[in-house]
Parts: sequence; structure tokens; C-alpha cells
Amino acid sequence: MNTSSLLLTIVVLIAVAYFFGRRRSVSLADTSQGGYRNLNSLPFYYGTLTALWCGIPALLVVALWLVFDNTIIDSLILAQLPEPVRALPDGELGLVLNSIKNLAAENMTAGDPEPYVVAAADSLNRITAISQMAMAVLGLTLGMSLAVFSWFRIQPQQKARLQVEKVFKFILLSCASIAILTTVGIVFSVIFESLRFFQAVPFTEFIFGTHWSPQMAIRADQVGSSGAFGIIPLFTGTLLISAIALIVAVPTGLMTAIYLSEYASSTVRSIVKPLLEVLAGIPTVVYGFFAALTIAPLIRDGGAWTFEFLGLQMAISSESALAAGLVMGVMIIPFVSSLSDDVINAVPQALRDGSFGLGATRSETIKQVVLPAALPGIVGSVLLAASRAIGETMIVVMAAGLAANLTANPLESVTTVTVQIVTLLVGDQEFDSPKTLAAFALGLMLFIVTLALNYLALHVVKKYREQYE
Amino acid sequence: MEATVGSANTIGKLNSEAPVSKATANYKEQAAGKTVGIPFVEHPKMSMRDVQVYYGDKQAIFDVGLDIGKNEVVAMIGPSGCGKSTFLRCLNRMNDTIDICRVEGSLKLEELDIYDPKLDVVPLRARVGMVFQKPNPFPKSIYDNVAYGPRIHGLVSRKSELDEIVETSLRRAGLWEEVKDRLLSPGTGLSGGQQQRLCIARTIAVSPEVILMDEPCSALDPIATAKIEELIAELSANFTIAIVTHSMQQAARVSDRTAYFHLGKLIEVNETEKVFTNPDHELTEAYITGRFG
Ligand SMILES: Nc1ncnc2c1ncn2[C@@H]1O[C@H](COP(=O)(O)OP(=O)(O)OP(=O)(O)O)[C@@H](O)[C@H]1O
Ligand SMILES: [Mg+2]
Repeated sequence: MNTSSLLLTIVVLIAVAYFFGRRRSVSLADTSQGGYRNLNSLPFYYGTLTALWCGIPALLVVALWLVFDNTIIDSLILAQLPEPVRALPDGELGLVLNSIKNLAAENMTAGDPEPYVVAAADSLNRITAISQMAMAVLGLTLGMSLAVFSWFRIQPQQKARLQVEKVFKFILLSCASIAILTTVGIVFSVIFESLRFFQAVPFTEFIFGTHWSPQMAIRADQVGSSGAFGIIPLFTGTLLISAIALIVAVPTGLMTAIYLSEYASSTVRSIVKPLLEVLAGIPTVVYGFFAALTIAPLIRDGGAWTFEFLGLQMAISSESALAAGLVMGVMIIPFVSSLSDDVINAVPQALRDGSFGLGATRSETIKQVVLPAALPGIVGSVLLAASRAIGETMIVVMAAGLAANLTANPLESVTTVTVQIVTLLVGDQEFDSPKTLAAFALGLMLFIVTLALNYLALHVVKKYREQYE
Repeated sequence: MEATVGSANTIGKLNSEAPVSKATANYKEQAAGKTVGIPFVEHPKMSMRDVQVYYGDKQAIFDVGLDIGKNEVVAMIGPSGCGKSTFLRCLNRMNDTIDICRVEGSLKLEELDIYDPKLDVVPLRARVGMVFQKPNPFPKSIYDNVAYGPRIHGLVSRKSELDEIVETSLRRAGLWEEVKDRLLSPGTGLSGGQQQRLCIARTIAVSPEVILMDEPCSALDPIATAKIEELIAELSANFTIAIVTHSMQQAARVSDRTAYFHLGKLIEVNETEKVFTNPDHELTEAYITGRFG
């Protein structure tokens, strides 16, 4: 019995258990006064409880089996191999195991297989079949017997609802912990790899270095590739581009939100709002080539023309922070506008009425009553936009270049932390060179910065809330 | 002016003596669906004639004519949904904020035509202030809440003047003693009754001529309510007040005249005492004796 039909059988079994559990509770119910008055819980819960008793152990057995059977079978096979083969180093042993598996699956193998490989493949097939069978038998008997057990336990006084709710609460909890555990896992792996990086490159050099050039010598005789890992140019680049993006997006987005929520008629609103949200749905690659192919040349030509007009001698690169920042700004407008619009709308009409009732104009009301009341939400939307800007990679790769210049001039090409992470990890460096490990250190720094930003924002918002709620 | 004014019996001073034929005249008007009692006064502060209000296609106010005398307190009562708030909100054009709302008829604040399309509502609302059902302090400090109106209307040029306005307004609203030590803490941190008095202080800070109150005590406990009623009595020395209320005791305690609305029509307006002891119209009587509403 293969795994998918086994799962299907279990599902059928669960349904059957539900049916019988429910039926038993109904038959135990005293319906003389109408309804199920003497039952502790509704019949649905008795059915569900039986189904849970059946399904959870069976599925657990199958899951555990699937996780562990490969390793166990592998070690069984290895134990059967002749002594000299077992003495091979790990890598070659893996190759042997692979060819055994290939043969067992009746795939082609290179050349004529050795006799011990054929024998091992045979026994592999046998063991696999036995293991499958055992899994099915164990899972199904366990599920069925527990279902029968719980079926017999059904009593009108049994607190089925409480037990079912407990199980579901546990399921919900484990779902929540998946996200948390993943985060914790990622953070720890990043921290450990970063620590390895800091063994090769001193922490202070990394934090305070003003030069970023991660090319390392692969062979000792290569020239000009000592590797410099100072992150300051990367962070200034990130800041520059994000600042440009926010300068574009925050005023535009906020004004849009104010227009939509306070001035626009409902028809205009119902057209403009979805259109704005389309902006958020455009893939960033598309923005990226829009920036690289349209905006960047425009800036270069426009800038060149201006400088010529002013009689200045200055070259403008075709990749610039300005191009990337402008396009990124357009990209995050909907984040600001949509969220701000929601929070502005959430400001109670009573506050506006109060202000109008005192003879305030619409603009006075917006400036002095509505916006202050909506401020926490607006700050939140701006921060969300900022973290989008800091994390954005594609547009920068395409429009701002890869050169780690330490500059505040938006017309020069810069690079950002995320872009460097990408370029560090693509390519065929060995994985434990400082160059690739630097990516983890950068990731860690980025993580710390965004975390600090979020914390700060929450703090500001909370302080403001306490004051005015 | 208009047809309603033409019926001589309904015009008169507040204390006009009743002619012998009044009962029959009332009876006729009652049958004709006209407002009975004394809806009109001489030299009114506000005077409304033939007011119709529509929400989209649905008419919410029918042919209402009413005067509010200077420094008078007029209470408006009636069953829920009869249009009291709607009528009140016409008096300073707060209905403008509702897109589908349309007002017809003549509404005047002294000689000013309230619904003149060329009229700027900002000075109008400075003259006719409004206090709402739910206290709605701004998310600002107590001081800034009261200073809001004077600031936007440019009533003061120096900080000391503003301080003075804030203090006198809070004093008149009976809130000064409770908040004088924490003027800079948020207005939203006050209790419900204090918030409502803050809203009243905020309204009188722009020294309006008329104050409209829409169920100002409905969210408050009896003690806070008593304070606000006291306040209304004091304010009536200087202000003209129109108040909507669901509490007949409250109407009886604070108002000079009481107007009874029913299904969008103004049924009866009379001196408060008369309305609650011997109303002219049978619908009014049914309402005040609690047979419906
Ligand atoms: N914004 C609106 N849109 C449409 N209809 C409205 C609106 N506001 C009020 N109405 C309708 O107008 C009528 C009068 O409402 P109004 O709020 O003036 O009643 P009210 O006498 O103040 O009632 P309550 O005592 O419950 O406050 C009601 O039938 C109501 O449904
Ligand atoms: Mg109302």
C-alpha cells in the first residue's frame, strides 16, 4: 500500500469514525423533550472527538514513519554491504548508496552494476515493501482501535465539547509556533554564520570601514583582491535611496489619502482607490526596468543638459541613486496612501462634526483634528513604506548599480545592503569564504536596523496613544 | 410672510392670553395638521418657516415653522426617528456634511438667511454653536480643546487673552475647579460628564449667540446630568439655546417652551409647563403620558 492511498484510507476512516461517534451520541440522547437535552455537548462534538481519536494517532504514525524510515533503511542496507565497501569514505559511500537506489527504482546505472550492488538493491526493494506494509498496518490498526475505544467511551455526561476545543486550541497554538520557531531558527542561523564571518573580519572593521570591495583571492597568486568589508558605503547608499523614495512617497501618499478620504466623492474614491492598489501589485522587476530604461537615461540626459547650460564640467552616470529612489518612491505610494486612507477614515465622524460645529473649515479640521487623531496610524504606514524601501532590491540592482560609492550625491551610482547580499551569494564562491559569509553579517545588520526602526516606531506610536486616548 | 403665519391665533408673545375660542381653533388646526400652540414669537433670534428636509427621496421634515426667541431655551421632544436631530442640524447647516440631505424653506438667524447659497458657513457656525450627543473632545489637551475655536476664528492676538478666554469658558461650563491643575493633559482623559462640559466650554469659547444641543446628557449619569442642566439654566441668561432631549423631566426643568415633533411634523409648541400639564394636542398628550414613544 503506497503512502497516498494510505492517507486516503485514513481520511475515509476519519469520516466513518465521525459518523459512528455522532450516531452513538444521538442514540444515547433523550429526545423525548425535543433536542438533545441530556447530552453534555451537541452530537457534532462527539463525532468530532471520535474522529480526532482515530485520525491524529494514525496520521502521527505515518508522519513519524515517513520522517525516519529513510535513515533506518539506509543503515540497514549499509550494514549488509561487504566490509571493504563499508570502509570507503563518506562521499563514495553515498555514491554507492545512490547507485543501489537507482537500480532498485529500475533506473539506468552507469556500466554493469557490481554483484553486491544488485544484491543490496534487491534487499532494498524488499525492506521498502515491508516498511510500507508495516506503516499501513500500524497506522490503520492504531487509528481504528482508538476510534473504537473512544466510541465505547461516549456517554451523555462526557464533556466532548471541552475536549474537542482543547485539541483545536492546541492545533492553533502549534500553527502559531511554526511561525515563531521559523523566525527564531532563521535568526540563529544568521547569527552563527555571522559569528564565523567575524572570526575572519574584525567587527570594528566591518562596522566602521568605509570601503566595500568583497572580492577575495581564490588562489593565493591572484592580484588586487584583498577584500574589504566596510559597510558604511552600503548603509549610506541604502539610506540615500530610501530617503529619496520616502521624500517622493510620503507627501504624495498622504495627500492622496487626504483627498480620497476627505474630499473625493464616493464615485471618484471607488475608482481611484483600486487603481492605486494596482500600483502595489506591479512586480518590482517591472519597476526596475522602468527605472533603468526610462528614468535613469532621462536623468542622465536632463542632468547633462543642465550642467552644460550652467557651463559646468560634470559627468553623470547612467545609473543613479536618484533614478532608483524616484521609482521606488512611486512603488511605495500605495503603501502610504492606502493605509493612511484607512486610518483617516477610521477617525470618528463625531470629531469632524465637533470641529465643523465650531465653525472650523474643512482644511482646519483636517490639519488640527483629523490628522493628529490619525497620526499613530500614519506613522505606522510611513514606517511600513520605509521598511519596504530598505528591503527593496530589484529596482536598485537595475537602476542604481553595484558600485559601493560613499557619497551623498543622488546623481552618482550607489548600492545597498540587500543588493550586496544578492551579489555576494550568486556566483560560485565556496560557501565558507568570508565573501559569502559577509552576506549573513549584512543580513544580521539589516535585521537589527529594521528591528530598531520598528521598536522606535511602536514606542513613538504608543507614547502618542497614551497621551490622546 | 407665509401661510402658517397667517393663522392669527398662533402668533403672539410668549405670554399671550388665550382667547375663549382657542380650544376650538386648536381643534381646527389639529384637524388641518397644523402646529398648535405658540410656535412663533415677536422679535425671534431664529425663525424657521415651511422647512422641508429630504434625505435623498425620503422626506424627514414636513412644513415645520418655529421661532426661537432671544435668550430663550426651547426643548424639542418626540419619539425616536421623528426628525429632532435633523431639524436641529439645519439650524447651523451641519446637514451640509451629509451628501444626500436637502433642505427647503426659509431659515433665518435674525436677518441672515442661513441657507443663502452664497453664505459662508464658517461665521454662521461661529454664531450658532453645537454640542453633540456623545462627548467628542478633540485628541488635544484640555487647554487646546477650548482654545481651538478662538484660534481658528482669530479671536485673540495674545496668549494672555487666550488664557483668559479658556479660563472663563471653563468656569462658565463649571469645569474650571476640576481641571485647572491639569490643563495640559488630554481632554479625552476626562470622565464622560467632564468631557461633555468640556465640549460645552469649547462651544461657548467662541461666544456664539445660539447653542444647539442634541441630547447632551444621554451618555451621562444623573449627577453629571444635573450639573449640565444647571449649566444650561445659567447659560440661558446670555445665550439662546435649542436642546433636543429624550427626558421629559429635563425638558421640564430647563426649557421655556417645548416643541413636540411627530413623524417629521411639528405637532405642538407651547410653554413648557403647559405642554407637560395640559397639552393642546392629543398626540402630545399621548406622548407625555407615555402611551408611546
Ligand atoms: N444620514 C441620514 N441618511 C438618511 N436618512 C437619515 C439620516 N439621518 C437621519 N435620517 C432619517 O431621518 C429621520 C429622522 O432622523 P433623526 O436623526 O432626525 O431623528 P431623531 O428625532 O433625532 O431621533 P433620535 O431621537 O433617535 O435621535 C429618520 O427616519 C432617519 O432614518
Ligand atoms: Mg437624534
